[in-house]
Amino acid sequence: MLTRPVWFGLAVQVSSNPTTIFAPSGTPAHSIFGLSLLVLGITAAIFLVVAGLLLYVVVRFRHRPSDANAAQEPPQIYGSTQIELSWTVIPILIVVMLFLATARIILLTQNATKPADALDITVIGHQFWWEYHYPKLGIVTANELHIPVSDPRHPTPTYLTMTSADTDHSFWVPRLAGKTDLIPNRVNTMWMDPQAPGLYLGQCAQYCGTQHALMLLRVYADSPADFARWVAHQKQPAVEDPSVAEGRAVFQHNACISCHTVAGTVATGTFGPDLTHLASRDTIASGAIPNTAANLRAFVDNPANFKPGCLMPPMHLNQHDLDAVTAYLTTLK
Amino acid sequence: MATQAPATAGIGQPANLSHTAPRRLVLEVLHDWVTTVDHKKIGLMYIGYALIFLVIAGFEALLMRVQLAIPNNHFVSPQVFNQLFTMHGTTMVFFVGMPILFGFGNYLIPLMIGARDMAFPRLNAFSFWISAFGGLLLYFSYLGGSGLYGAGAAPDVGWWAYAPLTARVFSPGHSTDYWTLAILLSGVGTIGTAINIVATILCMRCPGMTLNRMPLLAWLYLVMSCLVFVTISPLTAAQIMLMLDRYVGSHFFDTQAGGSAVLWMHFFWIFGHPEVYVLVLPAFGFANEIIPVFSRKAIFGYPAMVAASVGIGFISLSVWAHHMFTIGMTAGANTFFTLATMVISVPTGIKIFNWLATLWGGKIHFTASMMFALGFLVQFLLAGLTGIMLSVAPFDWQLGGSYFVVAHFHYVLVGAILFMIFSAFYYWFPKMSGRMLSEKLGKWHFWLFLIGFHLTFDFMHIPGLLGMPRRIYTYEADRGWMIWNMIVSSGAIFQTIATLLFVYNMVWSYFKGPIAGPDPWDAWTLEWSTSSPPPNYNFAVIPTVDSRRPLWDLKHPDDPDSYYE
Repeated sequence: MLTRPVWFGLAVQVSSNPTTIFAPSGTPAHSIFGLSLLVLGITAAIFLVVAGLLLYVVVRFRHRPSDANAAQEPPQIYGSTQIELSWTVIPILIVVMLFLATARIILLTQNATKPADALDITVIGHQFWWEYHYPKLGIVTANELHIPVSDPRHPTPTYLTMTSADTDHSFWVPRLAGKTDLIPNRVNTMWMDPQAPGLYLGQCAQYCGTQHALMLLRVYADSPADFARWVAHQKQPAVEDPSVAEGRAVFQHNACISCHTVAGTVATGTFGPDLTHLASRDTIASGAIPNTAANLRAFVDNPANFKPGCLMPPMHLNQHDLDAVTAYLTTLK
Repeated sequence: MATQAPATAGIGQPANLSHTAPRRLVLEVLHDWVTTVDHKKIGLMYIGYALIFLVIAGFEALLMRVQLAIPNNHFVSPQVFNQLFTMHGTTMVFFVGMPILFGFGNYLIPLMIGARDMAFPRLNAFSFWISAFGGLLLYFSYLGGSGLYGAGAAPDVGWWAYAPLTARVFSPGHSTDYWTLAILLSGVGTIGTAINIVATILCMRCPGMTLNRMPLLAWLYLVMSCLVFVTISPLTAAQIMLMLDRYVGSHFFDTQAGGSAVLWMHFFWIFGHPEVYVLVLPAFGFANEIIPVFSRKAIFGYPAMVAASVGIGFISLSVWAHHMFTIGMTAGANTFFTLATMVISVPTGIKIFNWLATLWGGKIHFTASMMFALGFLVQFLLAGLTGIMLSVAPFDWQLGGSYFVVAHFHYVLVGAILFMIFSAFYYWFPKMSGRMLSEKLGKWHFWLFLIGFHLTFDFMHIPGLLGMPRRIYTYEADRGWMIWNMIVSSGAIFQTIATLLFVYNMVWSYFKGPIAGPDPWDAWTLEWSTSSPPPNYNFAVIPTVDSRRPLWDLKHPDDPDSYYE
């Protein structure tokens, strides 16, 4: 039997979870949260009434062998139009009420007017990572999405235009908004407006292939000043550090450049994440591991060490080249 | 209840029990079963075949629960995990759920409507064998996928196999082809059996049995079979299109060449949602027979029950896109499918209330069969309520594709349908085998399975609310999902033990159980008027009925149902 402190601990765990739907930040997640409380309340009430009735019936009308007339069949009742009508009409009324509340939130979320200050981002799903374009800002990045905090008095929501390069994916950051699928040959949109700065986690929610599980999402909601700084930094071309010229040469003379872009160099591949500012990110492998030199080295050596099924092949570099490339990548601030 | 012989005035002539027949060679027996067109033998083969797959697919689930018990587990590789959930889902829906329900339907419908066999006995045998071949083909993929790509491989595209993951470029080798062919073949068998059931029910009822006097089980199988026509056909068409895409380079679902991924979703879910009702309607049918007998009362509101069943059949065809709330449909479409889905709760509610009213004022006998039926009532209620939550499109934007959905549909498939199937086993096993199942083991089975079920599927809702998507082979330790997954996995242990107990009970009782006699439950429908097991010809004399409960009329000539109907 679980003791009371354990139950309390579990309750805290539910509300303090990094991906819980019960700690919304921003309008879409908030309105869903409110609606979900209404729905939970109504369904819980229905459950209590019907399950209570069932419990009563089962106890009250159980067969008692000790009764005098135990062997006799009970009176046979074949139906009652009035009673049946009542338990048809009452559910209809509940459905109408729930439907109206739902339709309101659907329209508020899907048909919201887009403010002039909204930020546009294009999201492209890949097996098994996220590509982000900021068309008006000229930024291309991957896996870690930076968006500005939205002040309710002067909203700056972020609008995502979403598609996929290969299979279906789904963008789900529960504390910010409901999920929207990324489907090849189709363009979907969604919006979010986080009201508190911080890191919001999520992950791909549509089975997309072998490594679906580690296609993680990290959304950084920055204060306006932080966001402006981040944008200015991301617009810079890649750092050219002369001390890692050897690593850069290894990178540029291997297959790396057919899949990865480092802005301002010969590396212009688009099958893999843009690495121009790789070292400015907290994680690699789509959020699966911290961005440390040791992890980076092990990942380049054989990505399947961390993400079996990942499309990047093992590079088969010798130890010396591996060190050099790692050193180069860590300078791409 | 005392075992008593039926009043046999005009109905039922006890025949010899097959147990007393002389022993025959194994080969003779085998030949007999392989070539049979007897609806009872085909029914039993369907059931046996489904039980084998139930154990296999249950074992697959067990492996997945071991993998997910703790974060970052390396018990199985992602490739194997993806195969496990694909095979588990495909097997449970196509090779456990449908065959077991068709098995009961095959066995019971002719007996309950007073017929000597199905309308098309040879089509019946064909349907069984082609479905069985489909299942074998699916599992042959473990060996037969080999070729250019090395060792054999089971399908790993998920049971709904969304395009374009099934395109050759994303799914090389032959595993997806085995999946497609298995579904295609089992679909042919399913449609064959559905035609047979409809024809049998419409044309083979005994004298006096109007549609209005037909057992509700037959009504539900009628609605279910009509749904099969409408839903298996698009599924089969989609499989053919997929085969064309993969082999002759057509572009129905090939998004790289302008095809549509959403087209596959529509094809799949116009099958996939009504499929839930294809599975649950027969379970309702079992409940409609079992709950009255163990409450000792007639079903409450027969006409409303029929209307609700037919209503569910129609409405279920208009709700499929609630599986697609997250694909970016317009607000109008989302609103429509929210409403359509909510509306289905009205006829479903009528059913639950009518069952409650049937229990009301009765004398409830807590047999193992009835306990499973009562478990079904509670769990179906809860499954319906989480279904209402998911019909709310914005709530579904959060919870669709999460473990909340997994918990919801397992509540339907296990908590409602499987519980009712167990209930049906305890109820009709005596008819099928001539011997009673052990009630004591049955109650152990019930309580262990109930505990396991609730540990697993109650707590499975919570990681969904906490953002855990389905179909992930592992998860991050920092998400706080571990404690819930541990509890969920621990429930699997209870369910496994309970299922083994059930299998043991069936084997033991088949040989050693007490002799059942023709009517062990003092029941009211025609199958109890003949011997257990029934002779090949079912009834020595085709019965004539004048009410919904012919055996009640016989047992209570002073107060027959026919007087009130």
